[in-house]
Amino acid sequence: MPSTTETEAQFAEFAHPERLVSTAWLAEHRGDAGLVVVESDEDVLLYETGHIPGAVKLDWHTDLNDPVTRDYLSPEAFAELMRRKGIGRDDTIVLYGDKSNWWATYALWVLALYGHHDTRILDGGRDLWVAEGREMTRDATQRPATDYPVVERDDTTLRAFRDDVLAHIGKPLVDVRSPEEYSGERTTAPAYPEEGALRAGHIPTAANVPWGKAVREDGTFRSRAELEAIYRDDAGLGDADDVVAYCRIGERSSHTWFVLTHLLGYPSVRNYDGSWTEWGSLVRVPIAIGAEPGEAPAR
Amino acid sequence: MSLTPVLQEFVDDFAAVGEQDRLMLLLDHADALLALPARYADHPDLLERVLECQSPVFLFVEVDGGVVHVHATAPEEAPTTRGFASILVRGLDGATPDEALAVPADLSSMLGLERAVSPLRLRGMSGMLGRIQRQIRERTAGD
Repeated sequence: MPSTTETEAQFAEFAHPERLVSTAWLAEHRGDAGLVVVESDEDVLLYETGHIPGAVKLDWHTDLNDPVTRDYLSPEAFAELMRRKGIGRDDTIVLYGDKSNWWATYALWVLALYGHHDTRILDGGRDLWVAEGREMTRDATQRPATDYPVVERDDTTLRAFRDDVLAHIGKPLVDVRSPEEYSGERTTAPAYPEEGALRAGHIPTAANVPWGKAVREDGTFRSRAELEAIYRDDAGLGDADDVVAYCRIGERSSHTWFVLTHLLGYPSVRNYDGSWTEWGSLVRVPIAIGAEPGEAPAR
Repeated sequence: MSLTPVLQEFVDDFAAVGEQDRLMLLLDHADALLALPARYADHPDLLERVLECQSPVFLFVEVDGGVVHVHATAPEEAPTTRGFASILVRGLDGATPDEALAVPADLSSMLGLERAVSPLRLRGMSGMLGRIQRQIRERTAGD
């Protein structure tokens, strides 16, 4: 049974090294009792084209979002999902996915809202596992259903809503979108379709640190020293005790939330999942355009 | 508005199975997308980017002797998009321009994938079909 205290030497420099596992570790431990491997991708069909043997799929859109209200699934639906996927409340969940774990960290953040204790990210994600020639299969995974309990979702600790963000302007705020989205040239990531927000720009005083800066070419996270330079120094987060991150719908900022919380150890980081698709359509909220953070409006 | 016989067959296939099997059916379509003919693979300038798709999808339409041929390329790591491209490529191949233009814009909604794939991801398929039909109109203008 894997334990939360077992960590690999290569991750020891991080604030919470137990949150990362290497491809070599997973290859050895993926069959352990009490460990569930979960794949989470942008493309809903990518898992079916081949996945790590024994892995189950969690789709960010069809599984984790409520189908009607813009919110995450209800406590009852979450418990039902976990039961159906064969995940127990005490299981260790190792998440991996495409695009440098973009969606895997999003799933991990939603699991964190529900207080699932032991969740980890496969450093390098799906691409590194494939690049190393490790085993993939199209065989469907069958896990026995569990009795995952219905637990309340905590929306106060890791999640920020628009009024929280309005009150937070001027405090450490990270916009993890592309420079083009930040400056107001466009409302969606380059090469992604235009959709969802009526105004372009950023929340005044937010620093722009595109999420992908946190990973190397091979999709693994940068070293602690490199991450400190990016966030603590360049973005000016310093020793901030209260940080909010946002992007377009809160998925890219989940990646940054993971880096700030688990790799750098910031004590309080909230993800604003309403993000630009909400802020950019709200009436009378302040917006800054251009490459500079801009000033907090007078209150 | 009507479907080509092949597209009708595809739509019937999707309707005949349950929701989870529809995803597997879409995977079969993704697997069946052929590589571009060499004359297009060597000439990316001929291909049109489908901006409605999240992943880099390119397509090109030929109308030869009154018959439509669609060529498309989409990355392996975007199988949903590949599946939609494959349905259009094979479902329109050999049709007359009029038959291809008669395919309704909401073809994607006829596959019953709203819940399994999400409407957000179906948008790209409509984008592909719209661009294919526009190219057919351009190729046949003046005929």
